[in-house]
Amino acid sequence: MKRLSRLRRHRAAGPILLIFALFTIGTTFQVASAVNNETTSVADRAVTIEEGKQIFLKGCSSCHGLNAEGGQIAPSLIGVGAASVDFQVATGRMPMADMSVQAMRKDPVYNAEEVHALATYVASLAPGPQVPGEELLNYERDGSVAEGGELFRTNCAMCHNFAGQGGALTQGKYAPTLMGVEPRHIYEAMITGPQSMPVFSDKTITPEEKLSIIKWIKSAESEPQLGGAALGRVGPVTEGLLVWTLGIGLLIGVAVWLAMKAR
Amino acid sequence: MTARERIAGNVAGYVDDRTGAAKWMKKNLTKVFPDHWSFLLGEICLYSFIILLLSGTFLTFWFDPSMREVVYDGSYEPLKGLEMSAAYASTLDISFEVRGGLLMRQIHHWAALIFMVGIVVHLLRVYFTGAFRKPREFNWIIGVGLLTLGIVEGFLGYSLPDDLLSGTGIRIAEAIIQALPLVGSYLAFFAFDGAFPGTAFIPRIYTVHVLLLPGIFLALITVHLMLVWYQKHTQFPGPGRTEKNVVGYPLMPVYMAKAGGFFFIVFGVTAFLGAVASINPIWLYGPYTPGQISAGSQPDWYMGWLDGLVRMAPPLETHAFGHTISWNILIPGLILPGIMFTGLALYPFIESWATGDKREHHLLDRPRNTPNRTAIGVMALTFTLVSLINGGNDIIATTFHLTINQMMWFSRIAIIVLPPIAFVITKRLCLSLQRADRDLVLHGRETGRLVRMPSGEFVEVHEPISPEKAWLLTSHEQLAPLELPEHDASGVRRAGSIKNKIRNRVSRAAAVAVPKATETERRELEGHH
Amino acid sequence: MSNEIELIKDPGLPAHVHRSTDTDPKAAARAERQVAILFGLSAIGTLTLIYSYIFIKDDVFVFIPILGQTHLQQLGIGMGMAIALFCIGAGLIHWAKTLMPDEEVIAQRHEFRSEDADRSEFIKTVKEGASAAGLGRRPLIKSTLGAALGLSALSPILLLRDLGPLPKDDLSKTSWKAGTRLVTDPGDRPLRPEDLEVGAVAQTLPEIAPGEHRLLSDIGKDAVLLIRLRPEEFNLDAERLSWTHEGIIAFSKICSHMGCAVALYEQQTKHLLCPCHQSTFDVTRAAKVIFGPAARPLPQLAITVDAEGYLVAQAPFNEPVGPSFWERSS
Repeated sequence: MKRLSRLRRHRAAGPILLIFALFTIGTTFQVASAVNNETTSVADRAVTIEEGKQIFLKGCSSCHGLNAEGGQIAPSLIGVGAASVDFQVATGRMPMADMSVQAMRKDPVYNAEEVHALATYVASLAPGPQVPGEELLNYERDGSVAEGGELFRTNCAMCHNFAGQGGALTQGKYAPTLMGVEPRHIYEAMITGPQSMPVFSDKTITPEEKLSIIKWIKSAESEPQLGGAALGRVGPVTEGLLVWTLGIGLLIGVAVWLAMKAR
Repeated sequence: MTARERIAGNVAGYVDDRTGAAKWMKKNLTKVFPDHWSFLLGEICLYSFIILLLSGTFLTFWFDPSMREVVYDGSYEPLKGLEMSAAYASTLDISFEVRGGLLMRQIHHWAALIFMVGIVVHLLRVYFTGAFRKPREFNWIIGVGLLTLGIVEGFLGYSLPDDLLSGTGIRIAEAIIQALPLVGSYLAFFAFDGAFPGTAFIPRIYTVHVLLLPGIFLALITVHLMLVWYQKHTQFPGPGRTEKNVVGYPLMPVYMAKAGGFFFIVFGVTAFLGAVASINPIWLYGPYTPGQISAGSQPDWYMGWLDGLVRMAPPLETHAFGHTISWNILIPGLILPGIMFTGLALYPFIESWATGDKREHHLLDRPRNTPNRTAIGVMALTFTLVSLINGGNDIIATTFHLTINQMMWFSRIAIIVLPPIAFVITKRLCLSLQRADRDLVLHGRETGRLVRMPSGEFVEVHEPISPEKAWLLTSHEQLAPLELPEHDASGVRRAGSIKNKIRNRVSRAAAVAVPKATETERRELEGHH
Repeated sequence: MSNEIELIKDPGLPAHVHRSTDTDPKAAARAERQVAILFGLSAIGTLTLIYSYIFIKDDVFVFIPILGQTHLQQLGIGMGMAIALFCIGAGLIHWAKTLMPDEEVIAQRHEFRSEDADRSEFIKTVKEGASAAGLGRRPLIKSTLGAALGLSALSPILLLRDLGPLPKDDLSKTSWKAGTRLVTDPGDRPLRPEDLEVGAVAQTLPEIAPGEHRLLSDIGKDAVLLIRLRPEEFNLDAERLSWTHEGIIAFSKICSHMGCAVALYEQQTKHLLCPCHQSTFDVTRAAKVIFGPAARPLPQLAITVDAEGYLVAQAPFNEPVGPSFWERSS
């Protein structure tokens, strides 16, 4: 006890106590307010889920089933996660315009809020990949463009072509161009594997590596024309086409002029 | 005499004093060249070859043909810090660190494509006009040799930068070598100094690309040109043009100025393409590693038909007695091209064998007047075109919303069905054009003016064509088919009679023609009116 | 051809028509000016080239319609060169066409065949020369010369022998051994089965000791693609099924046709497509070829997990990977 009383009388006792008290109050308040937040967000979430469910019933259930259990022509959405919904709906692929071999990227039917509601609803059915937050997608800071290029060429270029221009798959399917795609959607596509695309798990391509890939794609997208018109960046086919039209055309044109008699 | 003329005269005298070339030079400086745009197609090849030598030499000053691994530390950010071969790194340096280096690379590559286009278009002109006939068979064979070497040389150049696309091309070339029965894996291991890709291949093909093949090219082109010079150029038929003369402009000064000017034109157009259109952007392809690939991996167009053939080949392999023969590689990769190029080289001899025509020819044919030859040419062209289209089937499929499977099946069927159809259609087209020529000579040009005859009947007024035009349309020869004995005097088939029978039949097919109009017929028709 | 039929006659070379520059001095002066302007343009082109080379910085880009955001230095040098050369050419041609004589000249051709006398002389000389050498009369010389020449042709072939080693069994071997871990390419991280979700793929290579360098020649044979399916989706015999692990199946990524990397996996159809020649393989049926020119399935690598739970090869490939070759037995 002597020791305690000695401490009590210590010069620093007052300020330390004060700091301690402040700290305690602060923490308590923080925890309390967090709890408060959580209760409101739980309530909000329930509302969002309900909104999402209504949108789902109107726009999606005819193919995917009333409880997203899937149907004859569309897969089950249980467990696909919010990321998958966000990718498919926010890029306009879903709802599909027609029953073609592949859903195409087009102007989205739903606005951002509606997409969020849908995603929240589908995510509430069973756990699945989350929509990556803004903080996670800071590719400019966390990615390395050269490493991304190497990863891209190993994992992506075989379908999407060396410059992300897209390419042919079997039976009329195709890998779409990656130009002008939101980083979030590229990320979501890698973790969910939409349509023909396989999944690239976080252990085979880590989140940082995914950001590197995105950084490389964005760098390819904004790369100016270093050597003149890009000719679609699809390789020698368009080069051959140009030389057989413009190239030899110009030369034969001059040859005809050369051999024409002057008047 | 102006001062300048005097100087020119002095120079000529100076040269003659030391070489005695006066007689030869006098003859050759006034050498006559017929003027026609299609006679400049060969010049496009010659000039783009010179451009290739110049731009290629520029590139060698910086290119490091080595597969030694280096870490890239140049100015192109997206590749910084990556491991790559010195060949690839130095190509990047040419593109980004040397001012005008990328332009020179692009000029070199465009010139190579123009060189090959020029060869093909020139070949088509020579073929369809019959310029390969006696005495020019040697030059035809040299030309086919240049075409073949051009494909090889182009492929090696495409391979040198060691980027992902070129490495993929080498991989496929290695697979073709490896597929050769008996010696394949040995040849592949010798060429690559071990397993693919090894570290020896780029330096080796570099020597071939910049020394061996250009040397052979130079020699062949020289002989090719000397023969053209010595044999004098062919000319198109027309008034005043015969087998015995050549009508045109003298080398000095008109043809010199025109041909010299055309060199600058070809160089200018190539530089224009190099300035405005990107070609082979190797920095986007990335360095080669066998574990990577890009969608739409294609060769340059002059190899595209080969790739198209390989794509459409049926999946056939024979496994027997512990050995494997890959028909899916050998047939499209070696056997078919072998047949195509051998047939091409031997065509002049095949034709003269079939027609029995062993005379010299200096006047060109109008393609319609040789329906068989024209039809065979169009048939071969159709075959090549279908293969070429299949070589780009994935790009075409994505562009036009088709499927690669449809494209492939279309090509597999079309490559067999379309060439014969093309033959028949072309032959008929030629014959109807001949008929049109005949009508034009006999009845004149339709004026579109209708006149009412006293009898009340309406007739269109026909205007007679000029004597020059009439001559042009009728000056060609129409050969009679061969009639070689198929039986000997006693009616018994002899050895060789089957050969004669085949020749008779082929020559009958070659001689099918609409009889050309004659003066006699014209006069008879006039008499009727 | 019978004598009665008369062919249409050659009217002969048409009379020369003078150009305006031949008759009108004004036109000639105009043509001269045009040529001079072309040469002047060419000089401007060269000046553009020089200016662009020296004064335009490497990082300047301008927007040009059709071309896009373009590197100005490269464009300036290139267009300068193009204009400089093209205009020289156009000037020369225009000069030749308008101001140099354009009267067509006729030169005579002569048959290449020599006069009969010369020809028979020549043939005689060749024959005499050949008989003077007496090859026909001296069969011993003829046959030994032939043999010697033929044999000497072997030497260049022999001298090229040291270009490379003998293949031995190199084409049939890869670096995979029983227990070799599969690591990611790039990244070199070992993988556990749970790292791959259903529908996931992974590009892998055999693990190497730290600090060791991977050769491209090894990657060219070792590259392996891991694919995870639902186990019930497989349509494999018992042996091949035992080569998979919890729905994960491993194939050589090197195409059995011509060696391109076959990594184009369609998750829904479970098809692998080779972008080079479009051979298509069905993953559920052990990479059976269902389309295209490939004649053999992709070799399958038997996999399992090691004590630490990482994916490893059960055994080396049981057949050579990559394109066929003569010594291949199946």
